Amino acid sequence: MTEHPLYQLTVTRMREFYREPEAVFWVFGFPIVLAFALGLAFRNSGPGELNVGVAAGPGDSALVALLDASPQLGAAILDSATARLRLRTGRIALLVVSGDPVVYRYDSTRTESRLARLEVDDVLQRARGRTDPALVRDERIVEPGSRYIDFLIPGLLGMNLLGSGIWGVGFSVVQARQKKLLKRFMATPMRRSHYLLGFILSRLVFLFVEVVALVGFGYLMFGVGVRGSVLTLAAVTIFGALAFAGMGLLVASRARTIEGVSGLMNLVMLPMWILSGTFFSYARFPDAMIPFVKALPLTALNDALRGVMIDGVALTSLGPALAIVAGWGAVSFVVALRIFRWR
Amino acid sequence: MAGLDLTVAAGECFGLLGPNGAGKTTTIEILEGLTPSDGGAVELLGVPWRDGAAGRALRERLGIQLQETQLADKLTVAETVALFRSFYSRSHTVDEVLALVELEEKRGARVSTLSGGQKQLLAVACALVSRPELLFLDEPTTGLDPQSRRQLWEIIRRFKQAGGTVLLTTHYMEEAERLCDRVAIMDHGRVIALGSPDELIASLGADQIVEFAVSDGTTPPGLETLPGVKRVRPGTDRIALTVAQVHRAVPALLALVERQGAELSLLTTHHATLDDVFVALTGRQLRND
Repeated sequence: MTEHPLYQLTVTRMREFYREPEAVFWVFGFPIVLAFALGLAFRNSGPGELNVGVAAGPGDSALVALLDASPQLGAAILDSATARLRLRTGRIALLVVSGDPVVYRYDSTRTESRLARLEVDDVLQRARGRTDPALVRDERIVEPGSRYIDFLIPGLLGMNLLGSGIWGVGFSVVQARQKKLLKRFMATPMRRSHYLLGFILSRLVFLFVEVVALVGFGYLMFGVGVRGSVLTLAAVTIFGALAFAGMGLLVASRARTIEGVSGLMNLVMLPMWILSGTFFSYARFPDAMIPFVKALPLTALNDALRGVMIDGVALTSLGPALAIVAGWGAVSFVVALRIFRWR
Repeated sequence: MAGLDLTVAAGECFGLLGPNGAGKTTTIEILEGLTPSDGGAVELLGVPWRDGAAGRALRERLGIQLQETQLADKLTVAETVALFRSFYSRSHTVDEVLALVELEEKRGARVSTLSGGQKQLLAVACALVSRPELLFLDEPTTGLDPQSRRQLWEIIRRFKQAGGTVLLTTHYMEEAERLCDRVAIMDHGRVIALGSPDELIASLGADQIVEFAVSDGTTPPGLETLPGVKRVRPGTDRIALTVAQVHRAVPALLALVERQGAELSLLTTHHATLDDVFVALTGRQLRND
């Protein structure tokens, strides 16, 4: 078996990769560093105290004492210039000006400010004698999968599959072309399909390492689990890896220089990094953009990965997302084969 | 490329000789089936180039070294050969081919650590691993140190002795004279002379070259009529005579210079080479180094 060209081409690809320490870091180390840093920065410690200001004036200290008594709020007396500055820079969420009526000054587009308004108003109304007609009881739950890190790990996995597929395949094809190695291979009876399949197979081997490293890290460090079946996760990542390897081949199919292919790779990857919901939900984009965003392969892959990891969705209901991923991969691969420059 | 019509016989070492830019690489790559020709027919081992399975079957029988290939730096010597051998069905083992090119000691060394000569030996190993009937070598010794060059010549000679056919390009006339049974001298995309090195040298009509210079830089008159002189070629710093009999021409030359009252500042003689053939045909030197 070790004498089969496909085996030789695949291990050659693997050797060329793992003997390049920089490449190993960017594929395996970097996503873990990123997950670690972002996981720390956005760990769920609750919303904390909301800072509000009370405009200096008659009755200000009584109002501060009242608001400060609420565990959700921190209040301070501010003169009007300071209050304006702090409000503008976000250091206080809301400014209360006592009087009749009481005035709340805040930016209604900020979530924190709206929370502060609700809380301040609640405290104030109760203090002035409001009685609540309905009896309520809070049941607090901590939903697994609702933290930022739970959202982030599948996204990083998707981004990593994109990067290693396009970089891993693209750079080595163009390098081989630039060094006239492709031409040298063309002078042998090697089958072209074996050469391309070697890339795909070596990607699948590395895929296994990538997924285990990142998912394992997320589990051990942050307790991010996989709610769905591990086999479904494996299937989804294989779809992703194959599709991005196909796109990597397409990107590298004509380029003669590393500089040329680098530009193309950025052109392909940059929009997806931003749009495809790796770091934040793509639902934040305007409605008109959503159909376009959803048609991107990384968006579909991220959705499928989150479906498996967070919601425990079965493979059968991931059909539409996987169809988008597979479609991109198949079209890229076919076009790449057609226009590939073998010399 | 214009009107190229060559036939290389089995078991022969054939050389394409010419200066850089003469079209040697284009010619050899058309023959190798790597560059499409814009007309004409190429047949190797009795088979024309075809796509697909027929082409692959023909490639099984060829060994090719390309001028500009850089093998993968990260692989070892043995891994590189193992990769290339996997493409062929009746190849040498890695150890056999490393023994052929005497690279056994470098078996486990990364390609990036090899010297230029060793890299070239490895490139030839990758060409020989297929047990080729026909071996193509494009400028195999260009830029190599003298020791590596001799080593490569020995490898080529052994391959030929074992019955292999070789087609090589070079711009070293010495290499062509030593290795090749026949050479085609190329210039500006066409063949300007074809034959064995001995035949081509003999075509000069004389096999010795006498080069001299006079201290005042003048050209003495009447050189053409000196005994045994076939051709006079003034150069930038010396005058070259193609002569049949050195023992008659040189005394006559000395007497002529003395009669002029001049003095020689340089006098050398050498056996005519393919370089002299090239100069005689084109008026230019084959190479400047």
